[in-house]
Amino acid sequence: MSEWETVIGLEVHTQLSTRSKLFSAASTQFGAEPNRQACGIDLALPGVLPVVNREAIRMAVLFGLSVGAKIRTPCVFARKNYFYPDLPRGYQISQYELPIVEGGMIEIELQDGSRRQIDLTRAHLEEDAGKLLHEGYAGESAVDLNRAGVPLMEIVSEPQMRSPEEASAYMRAVHGIVTFLEICDGNMEQGSFRCDANISMRRKGETELGVKVELKNINSFRFVERALRYEQQRQVEALESGEPIIQETRQYDPAADRTRPMRVKEYADDYRYFPDPDLLPVVVDEAMQAELAESLPELPQARKARLVEQYALAADLAAVLVQSRQWADYFEAAVEAGASASTAARWITGEVFAHMHKHSTEEVEPPVSADSLAQLLKCIDSGVVSNSAAKEVLAAMWQGEGEAETIIEARGLRQVGAGADLDQWVDQAIEAHPDEAAQYRGGKDRLLGFFVGQVMKASGGKADPKQVSEQLRAKLQVD
Amino acid sequence: MHERTLLEQAQALRAGEVSSVELTRSYLERIKAHDGSINSFITVTEEQALAQAEAADRAHSAGEAGPLTGVPLAHKDIFCTRGVKTSCGSRMLDNFVSPYDATVVERLGAAGMVMLGKTNMDEFAMGSSNEPSHYGPVRNPWDLERVPGGSSGGSAAAVAARLAPAATATDTGGSIRQPATFCGVTGLKPTYGRVSRFGMVAYASSLDQGGMLGVSAEDCAALLGAMAGFDSRDSTSVDHPVPDYSKEMAQPIDGLRLGLPKEFFDDRLDARIRAAVEEAVAAWEGQGAKPVEISLPNLELATPAYYVIASAECSSNLARYDGVRYGHRCQDPEDLEDLFCRSREEGFGAEVRRRIMLGTYALSAGYRDAYYGRAQRVRQLIRRDFQQAFEKVDAIAAPVSPVLPFKLGEKMQDPVAMYLIDCYTIPVNLAGLPGLSLPARPVDGLPTGMQLIGNYFDEAQLLGFGAAWQRETDWHRQVPPEFA
Repeated sequence: MSEWETVIGLEVHTQLSTRSKLFSAASTQFGAEPNRQACGIDLALPGVLPVVNREAIRMAVLFGLSVGAKIRTPCVFARKNYFYPDLPRGYQISQYELPIVEGGMIEIELQDGSRRQIDLTRAHLEEDAGKLLHEGYAGESAVDLNRAGVPLMEIVSEPQMRSPEEASAYMRAVHGIVTFLEICDGNMEQGSFRCDANISMRRKGETELGVKVELKNINSFRFVERALRYEQQRQVEALESGEPIIQETRQYDPAADRTRPMRVKEYADDYRYFPDPDLLPVVVDEAMQAELAESLPELPQARKARLVEQYALAADLAAVLVQSRQWADYFEAAVEAGASASTAARWITGEVFAHMHKHSTEEVEPPVSADSLAQLLKCIDSGVVSNSAAKEVLAAMWQGEGEAETIIEARGLRQVGAGADLDQWVDQAIEAHPDEAAQYRGGKDRLLGFFVGQVMKASGGKADPKQVSEQLRAKLQVD
Repeated sequence: MHERTLLEQAQALRAGEVSSVELTRSYLERIKAHDGSINSFITVTEEQALAQAEAADRAHSAGEAGPLTGVPLAHKDIFCTRGVKTSCGSRMLDNFVSPYDATVVERLGAAGMVMLGKTNMDEFAMGSSNEPSHYGPVRNPWDLERVPGGSSGGSAAAVAARLAPAATATDTGGSIRQPATFCGVTGLKPTYGRVSRFGMVAYASSLDQGGMLGVSAEDCAALLGAMAGFDSRDSTSVDHPVPDYSKEMAQPIDGLRLGLPKEFFDDRLDARIRAAVEEAVAAWEGQGAKPVEISLPNLELATPAYYVIASAECSSNLARYDGVRYGHRCQDPEDLEDLFCRSREEGFGAEVRRRIMLGTYALSAGYRDAYYGRAQRVRQLIRRDFQQAFEKVDAIAAPVSPVLPFKLGEKMQDPVAMYLIDCYTIPVNLAGLPGLSLPARPVDGLPTGMQLIGNYFDEAQLLGFGAAWQRETDWHRQVPPEFA
C-alpha cells in the first residue's frame, strides 16, 4: 500500500435553491405528486422554449466569487443529446465548453487540523432529468417529470485529493460553502447534495494518472470515505496481482460496504454537444459581480476561526457550530442575548441538537428562539437551576410551555442551595442507609454517588449536586 | 369581398359594409368549394371561426374594434393553437392537439382576427415543394400540376386562391419567400428575433422566423405590426421598438440605393425570371432609387452551410418526438429502443429522417468541427458580406427562386436539386436579415417574383419598396382563373 499513491477528484452535484426550474416557471418543491410540477416546457411540448432562470445564474456567480474563481461572461448553454424517457427534449441543457465558473480553490481541513488547498476545474449549470417509476404500473414503467429541469450546479475539482479522508473533508467543505451561501439546502437524503468520485492509483513518484474508476451518486460524507477506501484497496490488490483496472462506473453499496460495477449504458457516449440556439450566451456584467461580491457572507472556515478567536471556543465545538450557517447564527444570537459563549456552545451542540434530531427532521427552525435559550442558559450559569433541571426546562420550552423563568417557577425547579431542607435530606439519607454509611467510612468511596442519588431523589432534583456531595462528605466524615 | 386586400376588408368591416360573420362564412364556403383541388388546409376550424367572428362583430358594434378586428386569416400548421390539432404536416403529430397558443396566434387573436384553419406544409417545414406532407401535396392554384413551393405552400396557395385574405407562415431557408413567388403573393420574412418563436414548432432554431403571406405589402405591414415585438418566453426575441409599419413604409424610396448582388444574377437564374426582376428594378429606378451593383462573395457557400446547420439543429430539435409523452407511438414496442426507433421511423417521413441523419452525422464526435464548426464560420462570412454591402446600399434586390414553379414529382427523387432551389433565399436566413418577396410579371401564366433584402429591423423600408412597386403594377391582385 505504501508504495501507491491515491488520486481522487470529485464532481459535486448541488441542487440550487431556486423556487422555479432552470428553464421554466414550474416549482422545484420536493415531494409533490408525480408530474404535478411539470409544465409544458418541462414536458417539451412542440414549440416551447427555455428561458434561463436569472436566480440560478446569480447563485452560480455567488459560488464562483466565494471560491475565488473566474466568472466567465458570456457563458454558454449547450445541448447534450441522448434519448431516454426521463429526458423529455431528447437533450439535456448543460454547459460544456464555456461554463459559468472556471477555476477557484477550496481549502480543506483534516481531522488532525492540517490544511490543504484543492483547486477547482470548473462549476457549471445544468438541468436535472426526470425519474422513472417501475413500481405499481403492472410491469410497465412510468415517468415522473417533477425533477426534470430542476437547476443543478456541478462543481468539478482537480484530481488533487490523495486520500479518502481528504475527499470527505472536501465534500464537507463544499457543503459548508453552498449552505452558507444559501444557494443549496444541502439535504443529502433528498439528493440536493451528492457527488461522483473519480479514483485511480499510481506508484509513488509517477506523474501519469492511472486508469480511473468513477463512483456514482454518493450522498453522504461517511459513504464517500468508505467507498473510496474500499476502492483504494480493491485497486491496489488488483494492481499488485498484475490485473488491469478497467475504466468503469461503479456504485457503492453501504450495506455490504463494497463497490460494484454499474450496468453499462447501451448507447455510446457521443452526446453531440452544440450551443443551444434557443438560448443566448449569458452575460454577467461587472456591476452584478461587484454587487454579489459585496453580499458574500462569511464562509465556514473564516467563521470558525472567528468563533474560536472571539469567543475562546474549543476548535471542535466551533467546527460543529459552523457545520451550518443556521446554527452558527443561532449561537451568536444566544451569546448576543446574554448567554455565556461556552455554555451556549455546549448546550446548542448537545441538548438543542438532540432535540432537533429527536423531533421531525422536516423541522428546520428550532421552536426555541436563541433569545429564549439565552435566558435559560443564564439561569444555569447563575446557579438558579441545576444542569439536570435545565434539561427538563428546555424540554418543556421545546413543547411550547413558555419561557425558562416561567417554567422554573411553575415546576418549582429553582435550585436549592445550603439550608434546612438540604441538611434534613442529607441526614435522612445517611440514617436510612447505615450499612452503606459504614462501608463508605470503611473506605468504599464510590458509595458517595449512591448517597448523592438518594438526596437528589428526595429533593425532586432541585438540590445542587455539588453542594450535596460536599455536605455528604462532611457529614459522613464527622460520624 | 375575396378580391379585396386584407386592409380593404378591414375597411369594409369598419364601414359596416359587411359583418365579420358574413366575411368569415364566405371564406369558409370558398374553402369548401375550392380546397379540394389544392389541398391547402389540414384543418378548417369552422365553428371556432364563426364564434370568433361573432365576437368581432360585437366588438365592432360596441366601438371596441381594433384595425384588424373581424378579418379572417389562416395559420400555418406549425403554430400551436389551443384545442386545435397542430400537426406540422407530420404523421408524428397527427394526434397532437396543442394545449396552448403560440405567441403569434395569441397576438393575432388579441387583435380580433378570426382563424379559419390550419394550412398544409412540408413536414416539419423541411422542403421546398410542399410534397412531403403527411396530408398530401398542395397544388399551385395557377397550375394544379405544379407545386406551390414550400414549406409554407399551404399558406401561399390558400392566399393565392383567395381562400384566406392572409396567412401566417415561417421561413427557415426561404419557406415564406419561395412559395410567395411560386403562388404570386406577397410574403415577408422579418428580421430574426422580430417575431416570437414561442409556440412555433422548431425546425432550426437559429434560422426559423415567423412571418406572413398576404396579397399586398400593406397587408403584410398591418399583420407585422400585430405580430412583432419582444416576448419574454423567447430568449432570442429582440427587445426593439415596433414601429408603425403602415406609416413608416409610406416614406418615398427616392434617393435610396438598391444593391444588385452579381452573385444572385448568375447562370443558374432562369432568364425569364431575370427579366421580370430587372423590370421591377427599372420601376424603382423610375421612382428615384439608385441601382448599385454589389458583390456577396461567399454566397456560393451558403447552401451547404445551411444544410449542415439546419440539419444539425433539427436532429436535436426533433429528438423530443420519441413516442413517450405525445405524438405517434408505435404499436406494442418490444423494449425501450424499439419504442424510440419504431415510433420515429413510422412518425417521420423520408425527408425529415434524411435531415435528422445528416444533422446527427454533422454533430458527431470527430466530425463536428469539420461540418458544424465550419458551417458556423461560413455563416459569419455571409453575415459579414451583407454587413459590408449595407454600408454601400440601403436595400438589396434579388430573385427569390432560380426556377419557375416546377411540376409535382419532378424533383422528389433528387434531394440535392431540391436543396439548390433555395440558393437565393438561404443566405438571408443565415444572416438573420429581413426579406420581402413580391410578385412580378408572370411567365407563361406562371407567377414570378423577386425579393428585397434589408438591414436588421428595416422591414418598413422593404415594405415601402414593395408598396412602390405594387402602386405601379397589379400582379399581386391577380387571382388564378379557376378561383376567381
